[in-house]
Amino acid sequence: MLAIATFVAALWPSLASAVLPIEHWKTAAGARVYFVHAPSIPMLDISIGLDAGGRYDPVGKEGLASMTNAMLAKGAGDLDESAMAERFAMVGAEHGGGAGDDRASVTLRTLSSAAELETAVSTLQLMLTRPSFPQTVLTREKERAVQGLREAQAKPGNIARRAFNQALYGAHPYGRDSTPATVAALGREDLVAFWRDNYTASRAVVAMIGAITREQAAQIAERLTADLPAGSAPPAVPEVARIDQGREQRIEHPSTQSHILIGLPAIAWGDPDQFALLVGNYVLGGGGFVSRLYDEVREKRGLAYSVYSYFSPSLQPGPFTIGLQTAREQTGTALQVVRDTLDHFLKAGPTEQELAAAKANLVGGFALRIDSNRKILDYLSLIGFYGLPLDYLDRWPERVSAVTMQQVQEAFKRHVRPQALSTIVVGDGKAPGK
Amino acid sequence: MHPFRIPGSFALMLATLVFASAVSAQTSERLLANGMKVIVIEDHRAPTVAHMAWYRAGSIDEVNGKTGVAHVLEHLMFKGTKTVGPGEFSRQVAAMGGRENAFTSRDYTGYYQQLHKSHLAKVMELESDRMANLELTAEEFSREIKVVMEERRLRTEDQANALVYEQLMAAAFIASPVRSPVVGWMNDLQSMRVEDTREWYRNWYAPNNALLVVAGDVDPKQVFDLADKTYGRVPSRALPARKPQIEPAQRGVRRLRIKAPAENPSVLMGFRVPKLEAVDGSDDAYALELLSAVLDLDENGRLTRSVVRGSRVANRAGAGYDMVARGPVLFLLSGTPAQGKSTEDVEAALRGEITRIARDGVGDDELRRVKAQYVASRVYKRDSVFGQAMEAAGLEISGFSHTDADAILERIRKINVRQIQDVAGRYFDEDSLTVVTLDPQPLPKDANAGKATLRTRH
Repeated sequence: MLAIATFVAALWPSLASAVLPIEHWKTAAGARVYFVHAPSIPMLDISIGLDAGGRYDPVGKEGLASMTNAMLAKGAGDLDESAMAERFAMVGAEHGGGAGDDRASVTLRTLSSAAELETAVSTLQLMLTRPSFPQTVLTREKERAVQGLREAQAKPGNIARRAFNQALYGAHPYGRDSTPATVAALGREDLVAFWRDNYTASRAVVAMIGAITREQAAQIAERLTADLPAGSAPPAVPEVARIDQGREQRIEHPSTQSHILIGLPAIAWGDPDQFALLVGNYVLGGGGFVSRLYDEVREKRGLAYSVYSYFSPSLQPGPFTIGLQTAREQTGTALQVVRDTLDHFLKAGPTEQELAAAKANLVGGFALRIDSNRKILDYLSLIGFYGLPLDYLDRWPERVSAVTMQQVQEAFKRHVRPQALSTIVVGDGKAPGK
Repeated sequence: MHPFRIPGSFALMLATLVFASAVSAQTSERLLANGMKVIVIEDHRAPTVAHMAWYRAGSIDEVNGKTGVAHVLEHLMFKGTKTVGPGEFSRQVAAMGGRENAFTSRDYTGYYQQLHKSHLAKVMELESDRMANLELTAEEFSREIKVVMEERRLRTEDQANALVYEQLMAAAFIASPVRSPVVGWMNDLQSMRVEDTREWYRNWYAPNNALLVVAGDVDPKQVFDLADKTYGRVPSRALPARKPQIEPAQRGVRRLRIKAPAENPSVLMGFRVPKLEAVDGSDDAYALELLSAVLDLDENGRLTRSVVRGSRVANRAGAGYDMVARGPVLFLLSGTPAQGKSTEDVEAALRGEITRIARDGVGDDELRRVKAQYVASRVYKRDSVFGQAMEAAGLEISGFSHTDADAILERIRKINVRQIQDVAGRYFDEDSLTVVTLDPQPLPKDANAGKATLRTRH
């Protein structure tokens, strides 16, 4: 998967782009770097994205990628967790991170003045390259995580999300969520091995934006990646199975609302239909206060506060999701309205007017996607991790504009097959189906 | 680059302090003839703008039996005016590529749009139109009130932590309207009529009760001119009298135990403490702010260090205090017991940390650490045009000036360890405390999590 991503990136020379002057290079150890010089605020944002997401969690040890990531800041080199937190805090630096299905990340926001920068970067370097995974801290963090998971497992929205992942992906890693048992099963040696195998420069993307020079950026990128472990080839991840017949699942819960999720596995990053689906979904359920689902479910009938649809492109086909919550006694009614709205959209597509409005919003609002360092940092990470071309942002508006009615209809036909949709209802466990 | 040295770092931190206040964003303000204040924050990094209209009308201005009306009116503001049809406001903002939403709090109701700067004039026209010309029909109301009830179910009824907070506020305050939830009590929503929203709109949606903040790539003079031509046309009106509704003194600890579906027990405590009354007034609010920071600003905060990592009494512990508000405020402490510990243990441990500070004080290094973060966060805030607009509006709506942010930071910087010890000793006696404990109710056994049924569609 990553080999392909790297290959695609290699096809695009490091041009300075018109919208955002992104500078791109590789560190000596092979990490890909994406940098934007932004001098107006004396600060620096760094994000290290790693091919070390939850999709590599072994069966029965779901949660390993997340726990490995969370433990990086809990001790490194000779520093214990207090000493590390102290070093960041004393210079006003903020660090963060996490692990999704595809990507693990470590982020830092720091002042760009020399002493602050040095302290923050050297601490980040320790975290990435010499984490100590202290056993006592791990034991405590596992206890806390288990309690958090138990709490989450009692919440209807969370129960629905887990059942949804399971229905769409089954045994594929995208369908396997951590549980109290899988977190309890994590041993220190699992974390050490996961870090050693996956936190490696050749599978890392360093994104940076801030008030530092290109030379400083190059030095920082070298320091952060030079001593990362050698790593190993990523474990094989199975293909996402094509679903022909979706599932319907009702789960009883004492909540006052039913939480409803409808969807199926849809597209991976780089799918040729991605822009057609983005534009089409804006009309269906992506466009804030103006979508069809919003209009039918909320505006016309007052059936929900929140109703939406979206595609989550991933390394492998990520889900298309429709979601809403409604008072439990009207679950059947709401479900019917959503299905009718979707069916009608799939049969007839958007109107010309809706298509034009969708494009107007997406293109007209493009500047809002990159109007802060934080937002640009996220795009740099995304471009690097998913191997998107350097001019991805430059071409974004034109690719939205070029979407035709036919493309939208065909793309939805290909990716949102009604028979393959699964429906999860948590709340009213006896709500009628079709 | 130099190796890490504490003394060097501290010297630089002081240098940064001076720098940080020197580079605060360029702001301008003007009072329109009708009494509406306009604030412009210039940020020319990107060709975008955040446009916000705030009304000094939140749930704190509501009366019994009509709780939630401020928030219901917020929803209805999207339902059209004499010239703009229902939903048309949002369609027009969307057509401009804009993002928009609105929010209601105890203190205010705010509306915002973020969009390309070329559309500022149009959005000012739209927003000023609904300040004066809103159409409130029984039909739109009847549908939207259902949406608001769904919102209450989603965010409060089915959220144990939200129920705990709702109960804390209702118990800690008896006379002050801060006691009622912003979304309103469910029965008040059920009995609300469109007339209630009309009355609210008539009472509070006047330019002399409103604030406009425009932040982004704009020229202040142009914004003031546009404001004159749009908002400036709306006549000012006499506002209803706001009764002080001063909360009577608390006469002893208040304890509640509430049951809700949840997995883990938890405890939430609120102490009645002063808020910030004047920037150049008492040090107490600033000292309380820093006390809360020493307890819980970062991973080395006292609560996490002692109660979560040290004694392992809690799995989560937190402190909270917001000194800028229109009404009375609480200093919050919260926690979830670790395995084998009880909410009583957590309460004792959290209060023990305050007692320890009252007795032994805090370290110079602790205070230096949190001050460094305040200073850095002033720099980081400049990355968000929207955040800058929110901060300015929040200060103004509570009776301060948006220009006070730097002065407030200066006051915070001057607080010393003894002042923190002093407020820890003076404000945390049991008689000013309200405690709410969550008694979790397990899910019924018949929750059939494993059972899936295959059905065909079509």
